[in-house]
This record gives sequence, structure tokens and C-alpha cells, in this order.
Amino acid sequence: MIEVNDLRVRFGSIAAVKGVSFRVERGAAFGLVGESGSGKSTVLRALAGLNRDWSGDILVAGEAQGPARTKDFFRRVQMVFQDPYGSLHPRQTVDRILSEPLLVHGIPDVDARIRRALAEVALAPLVRFRYPHQLSGGQRQRVAIARALMAEPEVLLLDEPTSALDVSVQAEVLNLLSELQRAHGLTYVMVSHNLAVVAHLAAMIGVMQEGELVELLSVEDLRAGRTRHPHTAALRALTLDLEDPETAKSA
Amino acid sequence: MEVIVRNLRIAFPSHQGMAEAVRGVSFTLKKEKLGIVGESGSGKTLTARSILRLLPRQARVEADRLEFDGIDVLRADEAALRRIRGKRAGLIMQDPKYSLNPVMTAGAQIAEAWRAHRGGSGKAALAAAVELLAQVQIRDPRRVALSYPHELSGGMGQRVMIALMLAPDPELLIADEPTSALDATVQAEILRLIEDLVSRRGMGLILISHDLPLVSHFCDRVLVMYGGRVLEECRASALARAQHPYTRGLLDCLPSLVHPQRQLPILERDPAWLGP
Amino acid sequence: MNSSMSPTRAYLLSDTPQSRRQAGLGRAYRGWLQFRRNRLAMAGLLAAGVLILASLAAPLLATHDPSAQSLPERYAAPSAEHWLGTDEVGRDLYSRLLYGGRITLGMVVVIMVLVAPVGLAVGTVAGYAGGFLDRALMRLTDVFLAFPRLILALAFVAALRPGITSAIIAIALTAWPPYARLARAETLTIRNADFIAAVRLTGASATRIVLRHIAPLCVSSLIVRVTLDMSGIILTAAGLGFLGMGAQPPMPEWGTMIATTRGEILDAWWVPTLPGIAIFVASLAFNLLGDGLRDVLDPKQG
Repeated sequence: MIEVNDLRVRFGSIAAVKGVSFRVERGAAFGLVGESGSGKSTVLRALAGLNRDWSGDILVAGEAQGPARTKDFFRRVQMVFQDPYGSLHPRQTVDRILSEPLLVHGIPDVDARIRRALAEVALAPLVRFRYPHQLSGGQRQRVAIARALMAEPEVLLLDEPTSALDVSVQAEVLNLLSELQRAHGLTYVMVSHNLAVVAHLAAMIGVMQEGELVELLSVEDLRAGRTRHPHTAALRALTLDLEDPETAKSA
Repeated sequence: MEVIVRNLRIAFPSHQGMAEAVRGVSFTLKKEKLGIVGESGSGKTLTARSILRLLPRQARVEADRLEFDGIDVLRADEAALRRIRGKRAGLIMQDPKYSLNPVMTAGAQIAEAWRAHRGGSGKAALAAAVELLAQVQIRDPRRVALSYPHELSGGMGQRVMIALMLAPDPELLIADEPTSALDATVQAEILRLIEDLVSRRGMGLILISHDLPLVSHFCDRVLVMYGGRVLEECRASALARAQHPYTRGLLDCLPSLVHPQRQLPILERDPAWLGP
Repeated sequence: MNSSMSPTRAYLLSDTPQSRRQAGLGRAYRGWLQFRRNRLAMAGLLAAGVLILASLAAPLLATHDPSAQSLPERYAAPSAEHWLGTDEVGRDLYSRLLYGGRITLGMVVVIMVLVAPVGLAVGTVAGYAGGFLDRALMRLTDVFLAFPRLILALAFVAALRPGITSAIIAIALTAWPPYARLARAETLTIRNADFIAAVRLTGASATRIVLRHIAPLCVSSLIVRVTLDMSGIILTAAGLGFLGMGAQPPMPEWGTMIATTRGEILDAWWVPTLPGIAIFVASLAFNLLGDGLRDVLDPKQG
């Protein structure tokens, strides 16, 4: 479904992404992990068409993509952003925000689709005409997910979708995301700095460090500790250390 | 040095009367590391800041007791509070980008803090600043002392912040989400640094975080807050055996690398937790 | 929410609006409630409202024909016959002030209606497009910004006929650049926000993005700037009138009225002073109104 070959992105004189290649099968979930500055978000934005200065190949559903994307591409590929506070237009109601993709693509039946979308992300109908500042962080992120799904895409790009949420809300959103993937057969490319979160959703994981993809491994290998690159091992060790109550402070 | 809080209540005026943000929180702290954990809106930041009375002007604070080393914080005048703030208790906040003065070099800021509380010449203060930067494990303290905050990485900036707070040699350190804006690797380093410094100098530490496992690894005791109240208090080592359903819920809803689950358990919020 | 609230108020303040209109009206109402709490702003609103209404209702409120001369009665003091006295040719000052308000305030409104949309368009396009178009538009803006307003007005008026139209054109030409700058600055900030990226990801055209998503966010600061600028424009128009370059006598424009009678300030002081007070009150009113609007519309609080 998605194929990336030797993707390189530069910001001025700085090489943010240095030759990244990976493939994602249709209906699969792929996770990109790394620390800040590793280039993972840059890869995602290049994939989304938000960034034009990249070189290499990006293929979606077998079609090679250029710096500018077609409207067709945007029907197929959508994105959910990290910051629920910044990803919704502050002066538009939820209803208006959700109707925008439909209006741009000329999809009919706006009212029914909005009601269905709200139900699908488990948002009560009463939030339909609220403004973003009247919603909680978790509600906002659900609206962002609903918006991404309005035009019935096949691929969802997720940029740290739960990093800004409380853990209890994070659990709900992660559950929602896995449910939606199952229900619609979506292909996910997800970026996060949190290994456990990525491992929850993704089957294949790419580890990035300083612009390079240093390891590609399956989630089972990650869990079992069959890692090859030292950075992967380090990230895994940090996560396990925090998870394990036995290594918690002893009295 | 002992911090005593009994029945702390903080409220803010709003359209519908007074909105209570903290509703009857009590705890004591000596020379130990206390973690206050809660989600957004739980009141944890307000609780910690009330010890130094660093609250917004509209806040109404009441408590049966709110004492820092015997000084009644609620009734003390500004002069007395200024003697506590900075000198005897320091506050580290989340993002050093916003808490460091962008137009002064790191060294100059630390030196200023040193001189404000300890006096001495400018030269001595600057030398002390470099020494402090070395203590927070910065490899090239002289270079960092001459750098401006925007030239430093997040982790470095936070170390500068710590050095700044430690300059007056305080007895208590309040760290409000000090590592939330940092990467996992740097996070661990900074927390270990704080832990180390606090132990060596015999200070008390209040660590505020939303990250329960993190706090359990770096604190002796943990307070779990929800809706302005303390729902559970226990030793960090006993956290895994926590009693309260909220604490259990917080622990259980985290995705685990080693124990994968198809569906993460959802935290069911019981309105009874908000109290009468 | 107490149940003794009127149904309209409950409708407007409802937590769960049922339609976009209800949500929009609710937001406007909340803004109004906040504005209302600012007493100075309310005073400004009241004063501005009174001035505008009085000007509009001039034919109904005037006691005399503003151009009716009566030489025996020149420089008459305020009396029951002429409430504010008469000017140098015996015209009733009160009526002239009312009709003058139409001219002065009318000029300001026309200028604002011309200037604000042009500034908004230039600024948002420049800010969003970036690159060559941005530079070109900004150089154009700089050119107009460099002209001192009064001097350009004088030049214009000298080239064309002195009169209200020339004054309006001259002031409008120098008034639009700050709005373009303001709109551009706002656009530059907004354009990097995630919600704009999200709209770009729907495949929307740049025109749609600027028109439907960016421009509405710039409007609040523009409105504030307009009301604050109004006082300056009133003064400039009056200044032009004072210099004989704006409204020509016998038109009752406030500035012109001061110009033609300023010699009498010591004898018939009310003749030049009252129009001056009118200008002062109008400027102050719009200033206070603008301040109050800024507190309510400031995006930082949104």
C-alpha cells in the first residue's frame, strides 16, 4: 500500500531524514519510533504531502507521488495530529470542522455523515455544535479522528496521536484507533516516542535515530528482545525499566 | 525542615460561583521524596505551589495548617515568603525554554541567583555558577555558562534550571513535571540527577507528574490526586499493590510492552471519588 | 444556570447548541456579556452610538437649516432660539454640528469600508503565498506606508479639486497599509498551525483556505484596529478640513468649521470650540470602543 524508498529531507543545510526506506502492506499498521530530532515526524509529513522538499520515492497504492499531491491522494490518505489544541480551527464548530472535507470533495449527505462520524468515535451528538475550546483534550482528539475519516480514506497517518492526552484518555483513544482499523481495514503509519504505545497498535516497527532508520523489526521481536541495533535495545530497556514494578523504589 | 499541609482548599471565582480546584488535601513532608501524581485538572500543581504561595491572584486559599518549617505560609507577609522562595525552597517547571530568561546567559542567571541569596562579588558568583553546572553533570560547564538558553537542548536547559534552583542551597525542591517535555533517555538522566542531588544535600523533594510509573521509580512516597482530593497515599514500592480503584485504573490502562492486550482496560470514573 | 433565566438567555448560553446558528449567536452573546462588564467601553459605545444616531437623524433633530444665513444674528451666544449660538454668518451652530456629523462620520465610515477589506485581502494573500508575491505586495505596501498622510492628502487635493471625495481618496490611500501588515502578520502565525495543515490535507484550494479559514481569524484584530484608527481618521479629516483641503465651506464639516472661525476664539469662543469638542468626543468614543473590543476579541483569549 505504501512504499518509501530512500527518502531524504533537508531543512536548509540540515539533513533531517537521510535515506529512509520501508513498506507497509494494505491493512497493516506500521510504527515509527525515535526520540525528538530523529526525523520521524518529518517522514510522516513528507508522506502526507505537507512538505515539498524531499527526494526519493513515495508510492501510495502503487502510484508514485510528486511534491504536489492530487485531491484524489487526499481522499485516500489522511492525518491525525499530535496537539488536540492546535489541530481544530478555533472559530469553527465541530459540525463545520467535520463538514469541510465533505464540502471540498463534493461528497453529499453531509448531515447524515456527520452524525455517523460522531457516533463512530463515541462522541455524544450534543457536542456537534460546540467550539473546540468547549471540549476536553480527549474529545478534541476524537473530533480530529472523525475529521480524518470523513472522506473514507484508506490510509491514516498518525503523528503522536496520544502524546498530549492523559493516560486514561490515551487508553480510550488507542482502543478506538484499533477498533477503527479493524472495522475499516485501514492502513496506519504511526509515529511516537513511546514504544509501548506504538507496540500496541503496530505490527512492524521502524526505529529512527538522527534521521536514519536504524532498525526494522516486528513487534513480536521487539517484545521478546530480539533487537539488533543498540539504540533499539536502549529504548526497549528504558521502557521495560519503567514498566517493571520490581525495579521501582524499594522502601 | 518539615512541610505540613492540613485540609488545604483552593478555589477560583467563576461564572457559577466559586470553583473548587483543591478540596481538602493533607500531607507532611520531611527530608524525603514525595511524588504527587494526577491527571490534568487534579489540582496537583496548585497544591505544590501553595506551599510557596505562588498562586494566581484570584485564588482563594484556606487550610487548617499550611506550614513550611514552622512558618505559617498562609498568614506570612510577602517579605517572609520571599525569604523562603528561592532561598529555602526552589521550583523547577516543565519547559526550561519558558522559565529561563532568554536574554541572559545561563551562567549569568545562576550567578545572579547565587548573589541574590548569598552575596559576594560577581566574579565569585560566576565561578560558583560554573561549579554548579559541573555538579549537574554538564560536561563543559564553562561553555554552557556563556551560552544563551535558546542555544541549549531541552535536557541541558533543564540542568541549567536545576543548577539555578540549587544555587541558594535550598532545603526543599519542588519539581513540576520537570521531564515531560524531554525524551525518554534524557528524562531518566535528569531524574536520576535530581534524585542524586537531593539525597546528597539532604533536601526534600516534591515531584509532580502525570506519569505514575515514573514517579514510583524516583520517589519514596506517592500521593494520587483526582478532582482536587488525595485518593491514595502509599509507599512507591507498594504502588503495584495499590488499593484504590482509580490508582489501579491508572496503572492498568497503560499499554505494556511485555504484556500486550488487545483492548486496554478503560478507567471507569466513579463520581463517588469526587466526594460529598 | 438558574432556572429563572429567560428562555432567550438560556438558548444563547446553552452548553449544547443544536445548530450552527445557535452556537454562533451564543458565542456573540457571551462576547457581548464580557464587553458589557467594561464600563469605559460601554461609555464609548454609548457615545459613539449617540453621535451616529444624531447624525443620521439630523433632519429630524435640527432646529434650523444649516445653510440658512442671518447676518444680523452673527456670533450670537447660545439662547433659546439658537441652542448653541450662531456662527460667522448667522447659521445655527447646533444644526450645523448635526449635519457636520454626517459628513465627518460618513467620511470615516466610507474610508473604513474601503480600506479594511483591501488591507485584509493584500495581507492574507501575501502572508499565505509567501515568496515573490509576498515580497511584491509588501514592497507595494511599503510605498504607500512611506507617504505622510497629510502631505499626500494635500498633494492629492492640489491635483484634483479640493473636496470630500479627494480627502477620502487621499486618506484611504495611506490608511490601508497597516491593515495589510496586520493581516499578514496574523496569517504568518496561523499558516503554520496544525488546523491549517489539516485543511490543506483535504485538498482545498489556496483560495478556499485563505478565504474560509485564515481571513475569519484575522477579522477580529482588524475590527479592533479599525475602531482605534477611526479616531485618527476623524482627526485627519478634520485636519484637512481645517487646512481648507477637505470639505469646502459652506459645508458644515467639523474641521472646516473650526478653520473658518478660529480667529474668534477669544470673542465668540463657542463657535470654534464646540466643533472641536465634537471631534474630541467622537475620537475618544471610538478609542474606548476599540479598547473594549480588543479585550473581547483578542485571539489570545479565544
